[in-house]
Amino acid sequence: MLGYLLRRIVGLVPLLLGISLISFAVIHLAPGEPAVIQGEMGQRSTVELREQFREIYGLDKPLHEQYLNWLSRMVRLDFGLSMTADRQPVIDKIAEKLPVTILLNICTFIVILGVSVPLGVASAVRHGKTFDKATTVAVFIGFATPHFWLALLLMLSFGVSLGWFPISGLTSLNFDSMGPIEKVVDVARHLVLPVLSLTFGAFAYNSRIIRGSMLEVIRQDYITTARAKGLGERTVVYKHALRNGLLPMVTIFGLWVPELIGGSVIIEQIFAIPGMGRLFWESVMGRDYTTIMGILTISAFLTLLGNLLADVLYTVVDPRIRHR
Amino acid sequence: MHRILFSAVVATVVTLSGCGSCQNGAQSSRPELSESDLQPVQGGRLIDSGIGEPSVFLPPLVTDSASSTITSLVYSSLLRIGKDLDYEPDLAESWEVSEDGLQLTFHLRKDVKFHDGRPLTADDVVFTYEALMDPETPSPYKPDFMDVEKFEKVDDYTVRITYREAFAPALGSYAGLRILPKHLLEGTKLTESDLRFNPVGSGPYKFVEWRKGDRVILRANEDFYRGEPKITEYVLRVIPDQATTFLELKAGGIDQMTPTPVQYDRQTDTKFFKDNINKFDYLGFGYTYLGFNNLDPRFKDKRVRKAISMAINRDELVSGVLLGLGEPANGPYKPGAWYYDENIKPTPFDPEGARKLLEEAGYTYKDGVMLQPDGKPFSFTILTNQGNESRRKTAEIIQRRLAELGVQAAPRIIEWSAFINDFVDKKNFDTVLLGWNLDLDPDQYTIWHSSQTDPKQYNFVSYTNPELDKLLVEGRKTFDQEERRAIYNRVQEILAEDEPYAFLYVPYSLVLLNNRVHGVEVAAAGIGWNFEEWFIPKPLQNTPSAK
Repeated sequence: MLGYLLRRIVGLVPLLLGISLISFAVIHLAPGEPAVIQGEMGQRSTVELREQFREIYGLDKPLHEQYLNWLSRMVRLDFGLSMTADRQPVIDKIAEKLPVTILLNICTFIVILGVSVPLGVASAVRHGKTFDKATTVAVFIGFATPHFWLALLLMLSFGVSLGWFPISGLTSLNFDSMGPIEKVVDVARHLVLPVLSLTFGAFAYNSRIIRGSMLEVIRQDYITTARAKGLGERTVVYKHALRNGLLPMVTIFGLWVPELIGGSVIIEQIFAIPGMGRLFWESVMGRDYTTIMGILTISAFLTLLGNLLADVLYTVVDPRIRHR
Repeated sequence: MHRILFSAVVATVVTLSGCGSCQNGAQSSRPELSESDLQPVQGGRLIDSGIGEPSVFLPPLVTDSASSTITSLVYSSLLRIGKDLDYEPDLAESWEVSEDGLQLTFHLRKDVKFHDGRPLTADDVVFTYEALMDPETPSPYKPDFMDVEKFEKVDDYTVRITYREAFAPALGSYAGLRILPKHLLEGTKLTESDLRFNPVGSGPYKFVEWRKGDRVILRANEDFYRGEPKITEYVLRVIPDQATTFLELKAGGIDQMTPTPVQYDRQTDTKFFKDNINKFDYLGFGYTYLGFNNLDPRFKDKRVRKAISMAINRDELVSGVLLGLGEPANGPYKPGAWYYDENIKPTPFDPEGARKLLEEAGYTYKDGVMLQPDGKPFSFTILTNQGNESRRKTAEIIQRRLAELGVQAAPRIIEWSAFINDFVDKKNFDTVLLGWNLDLDPDQYTIWHSSQTDPKQYNFVSYTNPELDKLLVEGRKTFDQEERRAIYNRVQEILAEDEPYAFLYVPYSLVLLNNRVHGVEVAAAGIGWNFEEWFIPKPLQNTPSAK
């Protein structure tokens, strides 16, 4: 097992290198660069000025040299300075936005799990009955509903007409003068609408997976055995079947690890939430190379780590699988 | 188990929504105002909104409008723009221009303090110039000061600037040069200074807090030299989506926003808006044009350019694209400015005249197709950038009008930096649909002069005219306003005659503002010019934006 882990971790290095090289090449292939974009500053801007910008950002060097510079900094875990006017370290920029996105995503995952798992199980148990058909239609309507449209509807009804929840942002204006409990409630109230918009479409995918795997499990012999022993239906489903029915969730869990830090651009834009999605979007639009590379590297790393984690978790939850 | 989870979720939702302080449909019950409430009064909070996140609050580094909104309130400059777009004293009580136009002398007020209490003197002004011009400072404002030969302190409250060449637009650059505190910045690079995020200036508002990605909070400067501003707290909320911003305005979460034309025109005809929101529209500082690439032999012919311009119905563009919220353009200057020539009329819509002009230029109309002198169908692309709905619609309307003439114009939409890099900079286009934002000064040397046609320079349509060249140079050297008016009126005549661009329209700037804010006055400079005097009557100071 330990040997297997080591081999996998060593294997990550060339993968990460390849990913960074390709990302670096692609973002530099895209036309435009920071100096050009900040150079759109008015009629008096000059060619010399643009050259000065390029020099300050190190963009006057050949591409391979720029990549090697970036790599040698990266090895020392230095993400470099952002290429926007603020010239902040990239790592600070990411650290500022990361907690917001993680909070939003954890809330979203909890709601998705909390709804999808019971829904999937219930559908599987009532396979082919009206409940199963009705939920299928319902979750697929959710799946087909565009995020941004749902978000606006929620804002209009719960924000403007009913006035129950704040429409945008993450904190109220008087946040600083609140007590600790009030602060938690305030942030939670701000999160209700975005979390609702983010989860609604995800029920379909996740509840379908649970339903499918439960259907398979329920037909197994040991379930028949359990029933034959005279166990209650509830125990059979939730104790015996669900354990195995949840196995595919491990893979999904592994996929969630990188998603945890990748914010949803659309939802963050609409609800004015200062998270990773907006940071990434703004960096791309501003051709902020160092920030783009920083975010890409971290999410590539987390994706690989998530996959590894899922593989390892399988050996824990499923004794039939052994890595050598 | 799942039942517990479910009810837990439901319970949380109920508790969270069961708040006592949330208002329903914003300011439905508003206190009646008496006569005495309408006298200017201190206090209150105004919540402004913008779609862009500020990046940095050190003026020489600022390249975006959100940051500049904040720095314009926190810092002050030697001059400021008055309501009629003229220069008014600000930090400089008075100023002189030498006979030959080579020297500018500014006399500073003696009662100005930075927000940390230190006096502002000539040293700070000179330091600001030096910090700006430092090779390590990536500043877009450098070109304004490229011709400065000497920037010196005469005494503690006088500075003198000597130019290598007389440069009339120079005065305007001092309305934008926000003065930095030397004592806080000396010895550090601007790009590393803490003042990037915690600005200290001498302007009407002091910086309080920047919650990144969310809001910036400013507080009135009680020691401000023109007197403490009336509104005590200014909040700029960053909301990237305009639909959300609009809903926030309705919910009372913000006081002020820049709406889209559709929101302004079609969605404000409700009782709520009539009762609570003031609408403002005024001519903006930009115009939209169709630029012809003069390197293309077809567009080098003035008759062809004019014919296309005549085939465009500007009134239709204004009503269709801007929903009537704009005016047809007659040239590159803002209507109402002192140099604007109102005798020049926008090119009238005249498809017949357009056809005649094209025929005169050797084109022939056959079976619904306009043929070039070489016998090929006359077709070209209208290149514009992605993400600008009005430009896309404009291109499509022009396409349709030209089709009636038998001319095939195909709109092509490209992402902004690719658009600039691969097409505009390389002059790789037939026609280009773009806009210019204008400076206050009428000088447009960089856009029209024949020396500005290299790649990456702004005369990318490569239009040249010797008389225009002469006028543009003369206009830069002439200080007398009357003489300059004559020069720039002639510039407008030439441009109207030659039409290197088909000037299309000037959109209005649109503002929606909660009517609890009083003292707002619309002028040539827009509405923000007297922001220090805006006020919120006492009974309204806590509504509606108390959320």
